[in-house]
Amino acid sequence: MAAYPNRQSTTSTRARRGASARRRVIAASCIAALLASWYLFTGPLGLITSIQFPSPQNAYDCIVQLIGPGYAGATLSRHVLDSTELVLLGFLAATLTGVPLGILMGWSRMAEAYLNPVFQIIRPIAPIAWIPLTILWFGLGTTAKIFVIWLAAFSPAAINSYTGVRNIDPVLIAAARVHGASTRRVLSQVVFPGALPTIFTGLRISLQACWMVLVAAELVGSFAGLGHIMIIATRDLNPGMIFVAMACVAILGVSLSVALARIERWAIPWRT
Amino acid sequence: MANLNAPPLHAATRPVTAVARYVASTLGLATFIGAWVAVTSLRLVPDTFLPSPLAVLAKIVELTHEPYAGSLLQAHLLASLHKFGVSYLLAVVVGVPLGLLMGRLRSVEWAISPLFELLRFIPPIAWVPFSILWFGTGFLAPTLVIFAGAFSPCVLNAYRGAKSIDKPLIEAAQTLGAKGWTMMSRVVLPAALPHIVAGLRVSAGFGWQSLIGAELIVGSTGLGYMIVQGESNLAPAVVIAGMVTIGVIGALIDYSMRALEDWIRRDWGH
Repeated sequence: MAAYPNRQSTTSTRARRGASARRRVIAASCIAALLASWYLFTGPLGLITSIQFPSPQNAYDCIVQLIGPGYAGATLSRHVLDSTELVLLGFLAATLTGVPLGILMGWSRMAEAYLNPVFQIIRPIAPIAWIPLTILWFGLGTTAKIFVIWLAAFSPAAINSYTGVRNIDPVLIAAARVHGASTRRVLSQVVFPGALPTIFTGLRISLQACWMVLVAAELVGSFAGLGHIMIIATRDLNPGMIFVAMACVAILGVSLSVALARIERWAIPWRT
Repeated sequence: MANLNAPPLHAATRPVTAVARYVASTLGLATFIGAWVAVTSLRLVPDTFLPSPLAVLAKIVELTHEPYAGSLLQAHLLASLHKFGVSYLLAVVVGVPLGLLMGRLRSVEWAISPLFELLRFIPPIAWVPFSILWFGTGFLAPTLVIFAGAFSPCVLNAYRGAKSIDKPLIEAAQTLGAKGWTMMSRVVLPAALPHIVAGLRVSAGFGWQSLIGAELIVGSTGLGYMIVQGESNLAPAVVIAGMVTIGVIGALIDYSMRALEDWIRRDWGH
């Protein structure tokens, strides 16, 4: 059978191959059209003025300036490192506190009953709305930013850990118990691995929230970082710098998500 | 042998009586508020750091009849809701049809999705600088930011909704001669509605949060503006009063969207 694949499957593969080729053509031409209209509108046609949106040349100049002499008090690498460091610290703090708390709430009903009302009161307040209060408390420095990032990342991490523990098949826990596993062993070898996929879902949401809140916090007040570049560039009416900073935010956001996905694959090898 | 018929125990937990849960919940709340009261009344922190719960309540009442940062609390709230409503509606009106089209027509999907993927990774709040350059600092300034926050969940969920429709359903409609607008409005939209409404709820949450973020940075009305003014006047009572209002309204928006979602889901029999 393998040597003579039936006719239907060949046509369908051919159709699929044709479709994916068409897909690439359409996607590529769309992006090409976008780039072309970017060049035309900002350059030769002059429909978009240089204080509304940068031309490609302008954007390139801004990148060069940012890498070389620097902008808004530091060079690009300094700003990027600053922002990344804050996100990672806040995210780490949220993971180390939120995940254990979520597991505890999922494991013990009393803990859930005790902690849940407070959690429910604080949760509806958008993390971004905490920014002014944290500035009052800790000033414009790094402490305020780490605190607010922690706050934003905490609840997705905790809620998903909780859900993960709650959704574990009770039979698995009962089976481990029947075989004489201690509570500690059940937690570390049944509950935690069982909840891990859901926990990672929460961490992914957390990471995005971290990134968003960091940019907001840097826009509201900061001394360095990508948000800081944006707000200085807005004051200077320099859309090229805004554009470059936005691109950096997007690229870093993607890289962090990809890194987390790598860690997830490494941590949960049994999940395909 | 009674055990065989007992209800299955929940996964990880021992059963707890309702009374014990009730007591624990009350204790939890009491710890939270008690700690707040204790910290402020024992003067462990200065008033400029954290006001007592009573002071915050008093401030909320005061703000409703004494203007702060240019208007009363209600006026700030209305301004925020107005901006939110306009931009959210815009995001829904553009996003949902686009998502449905992407779900139904592959050429639209192929054309739009690369751009969409590019833009999706920019946090909505990062649009604030461009929104200032394009729309100034007036009433319209946060529109772009709210739109950026609310748009992608609308599109994604409408897209998923349109993709998840039963093939036979579409084929049946095609056999009966439905196409184009009729197909979209009579078959695709109703079938995708539960997905769409779930997206609307997520969108509303993102939109509300983006609005507050935008108001922190630009504008001269709204709850975000009020708390940022409170911050620069070193008035934490105003800040916390604003945060409470933001939380309550956010919860109300979420609650009403959830009610809508449940209602649709029940009526559409999914």
